Amino acid sequence: MLIYGVAVLAGCYILGQLTGEILGRVLHIDANVGGVGFAMLFLILISHWMQERKLFTTDMEQGALFWSKMYIPVIVAMSAIQNVKGALSGGLVAILAGVIPTAAAFLMIPLLAKLFHAHPETTTP
Amino acid sequence: MSWIQDLLVKNGLVVAFLATGVLMLLTHWLGKRFTGGRIPGSAIAIFFGLVLAYLGGRITGGKKGIADIPELSGFSLMGGAMFRDFTIVATAMGASLVKIRQAGLAGAIALLLGILVAFIFGAGVAIAMGYRDAVSITTIGGGACTFIIGPVTGGALGASSEVITISIAAGLVKSILVTIATPMVAQYIGLNNSKTAMIYGGLIGTTSGVAAGLAATDPKLVPYGALTATFYTGLGCLLCPSILYLLVGWIYS
Repeated sequence: MLIYGVAVLAGCYILGQLTGEILGRVLHIDANVGGVGFAMLFLILISHWMQERKLFTTDMEQGALFWSKMYIPVIVAMSAIQNVKGALSGGLVAILAGVIPTAAAFLMIPLLAKLFHAHPETTTP
Repeated sequence: MSWIQDLLVKNGLVVAFLATGVLMLLTHWLGKRFTGGRIPGSAIAIFFGLVLAYLGGRITGGKKGIADIPELSGFSLMGGAMFRDFTIVATAMGASLVKIRQAGLAGAIALLLGILVAFIFGAGVAIAMGYRDAVSITTIGGGACTFIIGPVTGGALGASSEVITISIAAGLVKSILVTIATPMVAQYIGLNNSKTAMIYGGLIGTTSGVAAGLAATDPKLVPYGALTATFYTGLGCLLCPSILYLLVGWIYS
């Protein structure tokens, strides 16, 4: 049943959000602390656990995969409801915050590659 | 004609599905036709979404972008926090523990460093440009990671819509820059083997940019880069609104 997969996903979502809220209360900050990240962690662990026991059918997987494929469209819809007019004054911040960190990350690639001895000849099929 | 308006308003969410589908059809076509597939259609679609939001703000004078137009009010549900977080959590379905082990130590370190570097430089830009509250700084730092981590962080911390928009735009700039720059700098950074591709995916992390950039460099490398990049957003959504926010708050109080 497709809905079982969706329900597993929904369960992990609620559990993750709860964890984030509880963590926020414990830390005395008025925010959801990493709820989405926790939910993803739960989903990876639970779906792995269920797959090992053959409890997670392809049908159930389809139910969860549908929502994962909806994420770019949802992000597009999310962009369409932002207060862009109010944020335009911050356009320069956006460009700088996009370009500078990316350049820094690119510079790190050869360093890490050297650290982990990546060579062209180690290419695996 | 008001009955047509009533019908669209009543079925807001379905109208939003239709409108988003048509928009993405158009942007994928534009991406293929005018950039030869070099700029991912989804990046163009998000940019067009922001343009629509701007137009909505201009037309109605409201603050909810295109959703201030009654016929398109369904966008506020489709693009709201619930669907956004739900679909992002669902992307973890594609991740398996076996694959996580395959990426190994190099991938894990690349992921952590990638998020830290992007966040620190992004937060640095926010501070340099005059932001002084921890919520805004953290949200823009998250946006410097990817256009998903920014709004998820901002949503969790209660950032203003303006700051969330800036974080989306920053992530978008990154995604497009990665797409264009990857094939150009590939030979200088040794991006010609699976291990470096995995490190690259972890350090850069913006999935659509990584996939499109590697495809233009060497299609054989795509799965290796995508392997680590898929964990970037999840890890960022975990770290930014928690440890990194606490660190920023600790420095700014």
